[in-house]
Amino acid sequence: MIDVIINVTLLAFLAITAVAIIRMSNLFAIIMLFSMFSFLSAGVFIVMDAIDVAFTEAAVGTGVSTVLMLATLALTKDQKEKQPVAHRPWLPLTVVIVTGSALVYGTLDIPPFGDPDAPAQTHVAPEYLERSIPETGVQNVVTSVLASYRGFDTLGEVTVVFTAGIAVMLLIGGRRRKEELEQPQGDPDDA
Amino acid sequence: MDFIIGHYNYWVVIFLMMAGFYTIISRGNLVKKIVGLNIFQVSVFMLYITMSTVHGGAAPIISEGVENYSNPLPHVLILTAIVVGVATTSLGLALVVRIKEAYGTIEEDEIHELDHSL
Amino acid sequence: MTHNLILRVVSKSLIPLIILFALYVQFHGDFGPGGGFQAGVIMSAGIILYALVFGLDAAEQVIQPPLLRILASIGVVIYAGVGIVSLFFGGNYLNYSVLADNQVAGQHLGILLVELGVGITVFSVMLIIYFSFAGRSRP
Repeated sequence: MIDVIINVTLLAFLAITAVAIIRMSNLFAIIMLFSMFSFLSAGVFIVMDAIDVAFTEAAVGTGVSTVLMLATLALTKDQKEKQPVAHRPWLPLTVVIVTGSALVYGTLDIPPFGDPDAPAQTHVAPEYLERSIPETGVQNVVTSVLASYRGFDTLGEVTVVFTAGIAVMLLIGGRRRKEELEQPQGDPDDA
Repeated sequence: MDFIIGHYNYWVVIFLMMAGFYTIISRGNLVKKIVGLNIFQVSVFMLYITMSTVHGGAAPIISEGVENYSNPLPHVLILTAIVVGVATTSLGLALVVRIKEAYGTIEEDEIHELDHSL
Repeated sequence: MTHNLILRVVSKSLIPLIILFALYVQFHGDFGPGGGFQAGVIMSAGIILYALVFGLDAAEQVIQPPLLRILASIGVVIYAGVGIVSLFFGGNYLNYSVLADNQVAGQHLGILLVELGVGITVFSVMLIIYFSFAGRSRP
């Protein structure tokens, strides 16, 4: 029972933070709230027994992503978001409400939270849990699935991370050229 | 009542997803768009982890005397997705920095105006 | 931020602990929660903390950017190389069972090496990204 209460409270906090992020226009506050959002979601992951995921989310979402977003803010020097004049709120709101209700309609058929007989629980998961110790000798099933059973997948993910690093380095790594610094607005010709 | 407790997680996750989606499509500031994209992303992670939970299950680390574990497969998928997510987010932020340097603004409307005034 | 005494003292004592914890998470991932992805991120968070408190130039002297580029590729090469080695031992690509005498030892060795590759790549890519962002504002 207690974990249900913790779960409900944390999710309510998450919803409040998301609404606050939508309503705010100070970008610094938005980024700090996003950091809180990540930390709360790491708490939710712990309540749902996903320790490895919570670990990563706490280090990545709360630490590295916040630092990178703050660095972007320092580089762009825009502290406040200008309220959009041309956009009317009702069109995106309609799109969001229609999509959201379709998704909620879809959840009515989903097995309830924590159901041990749900289809997701009965196919490959018991196999992994049974075979991890005899086949690999690794107690942490997440590690054995990540590195051994789904090794190709992880190789692909590592390559994606590597490629993203190269792309960031090509885009903004290295010093800016002198003419760019003198004319930060940029020529209309090269825009 | 059981139905509400059993589906509460999914509904909050969908609400968060839609909050992120709304931020992406309704706001013109590129940094705020990226924050919205991240909220969407985290809510998808939460959807997967919600599906992996088993009542009374322990974390999937095999130890003696524990019979009931939560599903390790979504944990693996999301673990890698989080790190890939931060790498792609930083790529988006790098593009924002370059747009600021080229156009002098990160507001979508102003970028459109600059493009059309050429 | 470079003149804040409390921040300097506290972070000086924290950074070794963060790096030690990252190494623990890296090599203890078989038995407890952890693995290459987490360890790489935690380790880079330690260096990013150092760069935030002591300045980018000091951090770039600790780990030079050219070294980071080499490390990022070395991680991927270790991962893919383990797959190639298992091909040479007669198994399928990324089948670690053939790496040692028996299956369990082979899998253990393979998982350890693969996680090491993941950790090195994630660590250096995170730092490459941070150094790119932080170095952009330099005159």
